[in-house]
Amino acid sequence: MADKTASLTVRAETDGSRLAFAGPLDAAGAGAVWRPAVAAARRARGHALVFDLGGIAAFDMTGAALLAAAESAHDGAATIEGADARVLSLLAHARDNQAGRKARSARADPPGSWRDLLRGFRAAGEGAAFLGAVVLAVLALPWRRRMFQGREFLRQADHAGVHALPLVASLGFLMGLILAFQSAVPMRQFGAVLYVANLVSVSLLRELGPLLAAVILAGRTASAFAAEIGTMKVNQEIDALVSMGLDPVTMLVLPRLVAALLVMPFLTLTLEISGLIGMAVVMKSFGFGLGIVEAQVQYWTTPGDLVGGLVKAAVFGAVIAAIGCRSGLSTGVGPRSVGLSATAAVVGGLVSTIALDGVFAVFYNRLGF
Amino acid sequence: MQQFGDRVIFRDVSFKVTEGEVFVILGGSGCGKSTVLRQLIGLQPPSAGSIEIAGVRVTGDDAWAARQQAQRRIGVTFQAGALFGSLTLLGNVMLPMEMFTDLPPEARAAVARVKLGLVGLTDAADQYPAEISGGMAKRAAIARATALDPPLLFLDEPSAGLDPVTSAGLDRLILDLRASLGATFVVVTHELASILAIADRCIMLDAHAFPDAGGVIAAGDPRRLRDESEDARVRAFFRREPLPAGVA
Repeated sequence: MADKTASLTVRAETDGSRLAFAGPLDAAGAGAVWRPAVAAARRARGHALVFDLGGIAAFDMTGAALLAAAESAHDGAATIEGADARVLSLLAHARDNQAGRKARSARADPPGSWRDLLRGFRAAGEGAAFLGAVVLAVLALPWRRRMFQGREFLRQADHAGVHALPLVASLGFLMGLILAFQSAVPMRQFGAVLYVANLVSVSLLRELGPLLAAVILAGRTASAFAAEIGTMKVNQEIDALVSMGLDPVTMLVLPRLVAALLVMPFLTLTLEISGLIGMAVVMKSFGFGLGIVEAQVQYWTTPGDLVGGLVKAAVFGAVIAAIGCRSGLSTGVGPRSVGLSATAAVVGGLVSTIALDGVFAVFYNRLGF
Repeated sequence: MQQFGDRVIFRDVSFKVTEGEVFVILGGSGCGKSTVLRQLIGLQPPSAGSIEIAGVRVTGDDAWAARQQAQRRIGVTFQAGALFGSLTLLGNVMLPMEMFTDLPPEARAAVARVKLGLVGLTDAADQYPAEISGGMAKRAAIARATALDPPLLFLDEPSAGLDPVTSAGLDRLILDLRASLGATFVVVTHELASILAIADRCIMLDAHAFPDAGGVIAAGDPRRLRDESEDARVRAFFRREPLPAGVA
C-alpha cells in the first residue's frame, strides 16, 4: 500500500546537503517533512543545497510551497534533480509568490509599544470628539427637533427600563436577602442583628443600588446599543443617514442616552426597594418585626442617601449609554467588529461606572453627604 | 433529474467533463444551472439519475463514504464568495488545510500565501473579507477553493456582479490556474464574454427544453455554437438576437 505521507532523507555532501524526498509531496503528505526540510535547508545556509525529487509519488502546489519555503530558509535557490516540467512549473509559481511575501514582510512596522500608545491617544481623542458631538447635538436640538424621534426614545426606554424591571427586581431582592443573611450570621454573635437593617439599607441606597443597576444596564443595554448601532454601521445605514444630511448622534445616540439617563433612577429605586424587602424577609426570620426594621431604616438613612444614589445612577446611565453608542459608531467592518463593539461597550461601561463611583465618593464626601 | 413536488425543473441532463478542461454550464436565469452545480458538489441529491466523480458514483444512500471522499477532492466557490467574515483572507485559505492536513501552522501560512499570491492577493492576506472589493472576494474564494490542491474546481457565477475589466481579469486567472495547477474547472455562468473566453466545452440549459421540463438544448464548443447553431434560443443567447414569436 502506498505511503500516505512524504519522507525525507538528508545527506551531507562535500559542499552542502542533499534533501531526498520520497512519497507524496502534496497537501496530504507534505506536513510530515515540512519542518525537517526547512530546518535542514537552514543548516545548509552558505553551502550548496540539492532537492532530489526522484522518489516523489505526487506533487502539488503545497509541495512546491514547501520547496520554496526551504529555499527561503536556505537563503538561496537549490539545485533541483529528478523533477519533471510540471514540478518545475509549480515550483516557479511558488517561488514567485514566496518572493512577494518576503518583499512585503520586509516593510518596517512601528514597534508594538508605540503602536499601542498611538492607539490609546487616538481612542482618547475620538472619545473627546464624541463627547463634543453629543454636546453639540444637545445644543442644536431646538433646530433638529425632527431628528430626535420620540418613538425611538420610547422604544429604547421601554427596552432599557420596563423590560429590565423583572431582572432588576429579582436581583435586588436576592442581593438584599444574601447581604442581610451573610451579615446577620456573624453579627448575631455580638447581639447586633438589628443593625443588619442599617448596614443593608445604607449600602443599598448609597452604593449597591446604583452600582448593580449600572452593571445590569451595561451588560444588558449598552451591549445592545453597541450591537444595534454597529450593525447599522456595517450595513452602511449610518453612511446613508449622513449622506441624507441627518445627524446620527441626534437620531441614534440622543434617544438612547436620554432613555438610559431617565430609566436608571427608576431601575435603581426598584432594585433598592426589592433589596430592602429581601432584607426584611431575613430580619423577620431572625425574629424582628416589619415595624422595627422600618424604624431602623428610617432612623439611619437620610433623604440624601437616596437622592445621592439616584443622581449617581442617572449619571451612570448616561455614561454607559454614551459608551455603548460610541462603541457602536466606531464599529469597523464585518460581523466580527460588531462583537468587538459589544464587548467594548460592556467593559467600558463597567470600568467607567467603577471609576465614576470613586469620583462620586470623593465629591459627596466634600459636600458632606 | 430534479423535481420539486410535481414540477420537474430539468431532466435528461447528461454530460462528461474531461480532465484538465474548463467546462461551462450556461443558461438563462431559472433554468436550473445552479441546481445542477449543487447536485455536483453534493449539496442536493438529484431526484433521479446519478453523478460520478473520477469514476466513482457519489449519489445514492449507499455512496455516503464516496461522497465524503469526493468532497476532499473538489474545490467550490459560491456566487457571493462565502468567505468567513471573522477570518482574514489568509485565515480563510488556511482553514481547509487546518481541517484536513497535518501541515504545521507556519506551513499552512506559507502555502496559503502562495495560493493568495496565485490569485494576486499577496498584499491583502491580512485583510478581512469586509475590507476588500467584490472582485478581490471572488479571487480570495478561488484561493480558498484551491487550498488543498483539488483536481476539480466548481465555480458558481464567478463573474456575477463584477465590472467587465475585473471580470476579464478573473477569466485570465481561471486560465492561469488551469495552466499552473492543472485542475479541471466546471463553471456555472451566464456571462457571455466569460464563456467565450474560458470555456473549452459547454452545455446550455433552458427552462423550456421539453414541454414539461427544462434540460439541455445545446452542447459543445461555445464558439461553434455561436457561429453555427440553428436553435433560436442558442442564437438568441450567443448573438443577442431577439427570440422569434412563439419561442419561450
